[in-house]
Amino acid sequence: MNLKEWIFTTDHKRVGILYLIGSLAAFAVAGIMALLMRAELSAIGPTITANPTNYNVWLYTHGAVMILGFQIPALTGFFANFCIPLMIGAKDVAFPRVNALSVWLFYVGVILALATFFIPDPPDIMWTGYPPYSTITTGNTAMYSFTVLILGFASIIGGVNFLTTVAYMRAPGITLNKLNIFVWCTLGAFVLQLIFVPVLGTAVTLISMDKYLGTNFFDPAKGGDVLTYQNLFWFYSHPAVYVIFLPFIGVVFEVISSHARSAVFNYKMVVYGGIGGIVLLAGEVWVHHLYVSGMADWLRIGQMVTTLMISIPVGLMMIGLVGTLYKSSIAFTTPMMYALGVVFLFLIGGLTGIPLAVPSLTLAVSDTYYVVGHFHYVMAVAGTFAIFAGIYHWFPKFTGRMYNEFWGKLGFWLTFLGSNIVFWIMMDIGVQGMPRRYYDYAHFPQFEHAHQWMTAGAVILGLGFAIAVLNWIIGAVKGPLAEDNPWGSPSLEWTTVSPPPHGNWPSPPSVSEDWHPYAYKKG
Amino acid sequence: MHKEQVTGAIRWASAAVLGGMLAAPSWAADTSQAALQKINDPARGWDHLWREVIVDITIIGILFALVTAYFVIRSRRTAENQVGASPTLSPAAAVAWVVIPIFIFLSIDLYTAANGWVLWNHYRDVPADRLEVKLESGMYSWDYTYPNGVRTQNQLVVPAGKPVMLRMTSRDTLHSHYIPDFRVKEDSMPGRVTYLWFYPEKPGEHVVTCAEYCGVMHGYMAGRIIVKSADEYAAWMKQEEIQFAAASATDAPASVKTGQPAAKPKKT
Repeated sequence: MNLKEWIFTTDHKRVGILYLIGSLAAFAVAGIMALLMRAELSAIGPTITANPTNYNVWLYTHGAVMILGFQIPALTGFFANFCIPLMIGAKDVAFPRVNALSVWLFYVGVILALATFFIPDPPDIMWTGYPPYSTITTGNTAMYSFTVLILGFASIIGGVNFLTTVAYMRAPGITLNKLNIFVWCTLGAFVLQLIFVPVLGTAVTLISMDKYLGTNFFDPAKGGDVLTYQNLFWFYSHPAVYVIFLPFIGVVFEVISSHARSAVFNYKMVVYGGIGGIVLLAGEVWVHHLYVSGMADWLRIGQMVTTLMISIPVGLMMIGLVGTLYKSSIAFTTPMMYALGVVFLFLIGGLTGIPLAVPSLTLAVSDTYYVVGHFHYVMAVAGTFAIFAGIYHWFPKFTGRMYNEFWGKLGFWLTFLGSNIVFWIMMDIGVQGMPRRYYDYAHFPQFEHAHQWMTAGAVILGLGFAIAVLNWIIGAVKGPLAEDNPWGSPSLEWTTVSPPPHGNWPSPPSVSEDWHPYAYKKG
Repeated sequence: MHKEQVTGAIRWASAAVLGGMLAAPSWAADTSQAALQKINDPARGWDHLWREVIVDITIIGILFALVTAYFVIRSRRTAENQVGASPTLSPAAAVAWVVIPIFIFLSIDLYTAANGWVLWNHYRDVPADRLEVKLESGMYSWDYTYPNGVRTQNQLVVPAGKPVMLRMTSRDTLHSHYIPDFRVKEDSMPGRVTYLWFYPEKPGEHVVTCAEYCGVMHGYMAGRIIVKSADEYAAWMKQEEIQFAAASATDAPASVKTGQPAAKPKKT
C-alpha cells in the first residue's frame, strides 16, 4: 500500500475513503471552531479573544466547513461512493476517472477553506455571504467564492456520475423497486444538486464581481438590489438541507433495517411519497429563510403553506422508520444506538421547525438562538449521528476490522447528552430573545448562566465525538478482523469479502427473483 | 374581513377533521376578539399562537416517541439468529398508510397556516391612529426621525397606548431591528423601505438589538425603547422640539440624542 496508489486511485471504494478522511479532518477543524466560540461566549465580555473579527472568522469557518466540507462530502462523497456500486452490484462507478477528479477538487476546496487561517484577511461573512457586507468588508470574499465554486463543481460531476451509474450499471435482476433506500435518497440528493448548485455558483460569483470588478448587481445606489442575492443563495441553500437530509435519513434506514433485521416499512411510501415528495417540494420553500428580510407579503404567506407541507414527506419517512421497528429483532450495537438517537433527535429537530414555517411566529424567533438550536438538532445532531451510525455500520466492510463496542457506546452517550444540553438550552434562550452571531451579549446579562451550561455541554459533546473518531482510527489499525457479513444483512454490499477487492466481486453478482435488500431470512 | 372569513372556514374544516383533539382553545378567543373592536396587539397574538403550536408539537412528539420507545423495548433480540416478524402489508393497507397520514398532516398544516395567516394580518395591518417614526440603521447605530423632525439615536421614546410604526432603511449593510419584548423584527437594507409596528401598552423600557449580521461589531448594536406615559412623552417631546428648533435656527446639524456613548454618529 503506497501513497501514490491512493492519490491516483480510480477505485470507488478508495475514492470514498479519501472523501471520508478529508471530511473528518474538516469536521475536526470546524468542531474546534465551535469549541472556541463556546469558550468565548462562556462569560460576558472578551474572554479568549479581544477581537470580534476572530470570533466572526471562527463562525464563518464553522458553518461553511461543517456544511460544505463535512456533511455534504461525507454523505454524497464517502457513503455514495463506497455504498452505491456495492449496493447495485456494479464493479465500479460509470466514470471512475471523473470520480477521481471530483475527490481531488474536494481536497482543493478543503485546503482553500482551511487556508482561511493562514491569510492576513480571512473571510468574515458567515457561510451566507450576504451583501452589502460581503462586498465592503476587508475580509477576503474571493476566498469564499472560490471555495464554494470548487466544492460545488466537485459535487456536480459526482452527481452526473452517480445518476449514470444507477441508471445503467445495476446488476441483472435489481429493478428500481429493489434499490436500497439509501440509493434512492442519494439519487434524490444528486438531482437536487444538479438543479440548484449552479444557482449558488451564480450568486457567489456575482458578489465577487461586485466586490472586485466593479459590477453593481447588489448595490442599490447603482441600480442593483440587495434582496436578489438572498433569494439566489437560499434558492440553492434550502434544497442543500435536503441534499444533506436525504442521504443521512437513507443511512438511518439502512442501519435500522439491518440491526433490527426488519424490512423497511411500506417501502414504496418511503421512496415515492417521502423521497419523491421532498424532491418535488425542495425548490418551493426558500422564502422561509427570508421571512424577516422584507419580501413581499403574499410570497411569505404562499411559502408558509409549502413549507408546512414539507411535514408530509418527512412525516411519511418517520412513519417508515418507526414502522420498521415494529415486531423487529433489535441488536443494540453502536450503529443502532446512533440510528435510534437520530429518530428521537430528528423528531425534536423536525417538530421545532413547524413554528419556523409560520412567518408571523418567525418575526420573533428568526435570527435567534431558537433557529440555531432547531437547525443544529436537524443537521448537526441528527445529521452527524446518522453519519456516525453509517461509519460504524459499514466499518467492518470498508476496513475489514471491528471497532470497540464499549468505547463506541460511551462516545454515543456522551454526544447524546452533550448535544441535548447545548441545543435544548439554545432554543430556550432563543425564544427569550438571544440573537445569533453575537461575539458578546452585554445587553442580555440574563443569559450568562445558560451560555455557561452550553459551554459545558459542548465540552461533553466534543469529548464524545473525539472518542468515536479515536475508536475508528484504533479499530482500523488494530481491531479484530471482521466477518464478511457481521450484521446478517441481505443487502448486496455484505455478499463480498471485507474489505472488497478492486472490482468488488470475482464475478458479477446475480440476484434471485425473491431477493430484496430488506428480505431477512430466518435461521 | 374577507381574508379572515376564508381562513376561519379553513380552520373550522381542519379542526373538524382533527376532532378538536389538538389546539382546542383557539376558537373561543377569536369570537370575543371580533366583538371587541380594539387594537390587535401582535405580541399578544404571538404569545397565544406560540403556546398553541408548542402544545401541538409536544403532543405529536410525545406520541411518536412513545410508540417508538414501545417498539424498541418490545423488539430486543433474544436469540442470535432471530429475524424480525413484522407482517407484510396488503396493497390496500399500504395505500391507507400513505393516504391517512397525508390527510392528518395536511389538516395540521392547514390549521397552523390559517392561524398563522390571521396573526400575520395583525402584524402587517398597522392601525391608522399611530406614531410613525423613520429609522435609518447603520454600522452600528439606530437613528430615529420623528414626524416633526426631531432625531434620536439608539433610543426611541414613545407614548404608552399608541401604536408605533417604524419605516426603516439602512445606509450601509443589512440590519434587523429586533425588539424581543414586542415579538417583532424586520430587516432594513439600502435601497428599500421596510416597516414594522408594535403596541407599547404600558410605560417601561425595552431592549432593541440587531438580529442580522451586519459587521464586526454586530453583537454590540443595541438600543432602547422607552415607553413614557402620554403626559411625560408630551413634556419630553416639547423639550426636544425646543432643542431642535434652536439647532435648526443656528443652521447646525439637528440635535442628536445619544443613548449609548459607544456608537459613532454618522451623517446621512
